[in-house]
Amino acid sequence: MLRNGENDFGIVTIVLHWTIALLVLGLMVVGFAMRRIELDPALQFSLYQWHKSLGFTALGLALLRAIWWLTERTPRPVPGLHPFEHAAARQTHRILILLGIITPLAGWAVASASTLNMPSLYFNIIVIPHLPLQQSDSAEAFWALTHALLAYVMLALVAIHIAAAIYHQFVRGEAVLIRMLRSGFRRSDAAPVEAGEASEAVAGRNDP
Amino acid sequence: MNARRHLALTAAFALIAMALPARAQAPSLADAAGSYSIATSSRIHFSIGQTGGGGIAGNFAKFSGKFRIDGGNVSRSSVEFTLFPESVRARERRIENFLRSSAVFDTDNYQTVTFRSTRVTQTGPSSANIEGALTARGKTRKERFAVTLTDWDKRSISFTIRGSIRRAPYGMDVGTPIYSNVVEFDMDIKGLRR
Repeated sequence: MLRNGENDFGIVTIVLHWTIALLVLGLMVVGFAMRRIELDPALQFSLYQWHKSLGFTALGLALLRAIWWLTERTPRPVPGLHPFEHAAARQTHRILILLGIITPLAGWAVASASTLNMPSLYFNIIVIPHLPLQQSDSAEAFWALTHALLAYVMLALVAIHIAAAIYHQFVRGEAVLIRMLRSGFRRSDAAPVEAGEASEAVAGRNDP
Repeated sequence: MNARRHLALTAAFALIAMALPARAQAPSLADAAGSYSIATSSRIHFSIGQTGGGGIAGNFAKFSGKFRIDGGNVSRSSVEFTLFPESVRARERRIENFLRSSAVFDTDNYQTVTFRSTRVTQTGPSSANIEGALTARGKTRKERFAVTLTDWDKRSISFTIRGSIRRAPYGMDVGTPIYSNVVEFDMDIKGLRR
């Protein structure tokens, strides 16, 4: 089951979701540590390089995720979800997918605009060129602030996303978390979807 | 007024013309024999290449040293040199601070980098290789520099000195392979006769 079904997520979606989730959280921990904690300078330097390599990886996967999200069908919402909840979830997912791309792009801009002109040597293997930005202290500061703000917004949305998943799974008993963990998951209760909700789910699928 | 200026210019040209033949031949090490101390006007420049071109360059503002050129036997010449890495200058303050930090020179614990020659080998009338013990961050290794005499007069002497030092053996491998392991030193040393 590589592809998404009518009611379930395929393996591609699930693997991309959790890989990006782990990468993004790891990047936030490393990013916070290297900027906000007094560290051994050599360790700090090393963390910066890891942050850049992992960040480029996250960017690549986030682009794949976005393409997959735009082209692949979206499973129907779990039954019992209010239209408002579904709409809020869709909005959150859309913004998270967007932030997954623009946050690392802003990070790439920091490395590119920095007057240190330090090459981005992806996992010590290949040089990733700088974005065509002017190198100056003010440009670097601007992009660093943008990158950090985007990351904090993403962190807040991720917290809401996790809280919602836990709430719906464990309090409301809706299989939102389970179906992102296990491909081919079928609702055991197989509750019939109300006509209005179903048509809304189909109509709302991959809206631009 | 014009005539006086003309006369002065003529005199200056005449002096230069007299001086020229002496400078026409390459300066010779043996002729420059003597003891010297290294002048603060010397320039200690270094550069480290980086992947994809460019790199880090800078110089050291504080250093001291002395050397002796043995006129009878150049190979018995010697040099002692001390560098204070705290005085490192680069194009940005954060590069300087990083170089001073525990990641590189660790200036809190190691205030000096020293070089003591152990062997001088003349390679031409005005050039020599100097081998010696370089100590940095508490580690001592044998290194070699190429020296070329560029100028001297009764009171002072000038050299260019070049050397390629691998930094990893001194525990300064931070930043490799983005930044080269090899530090290129390019120094203009001026000695004042003691």
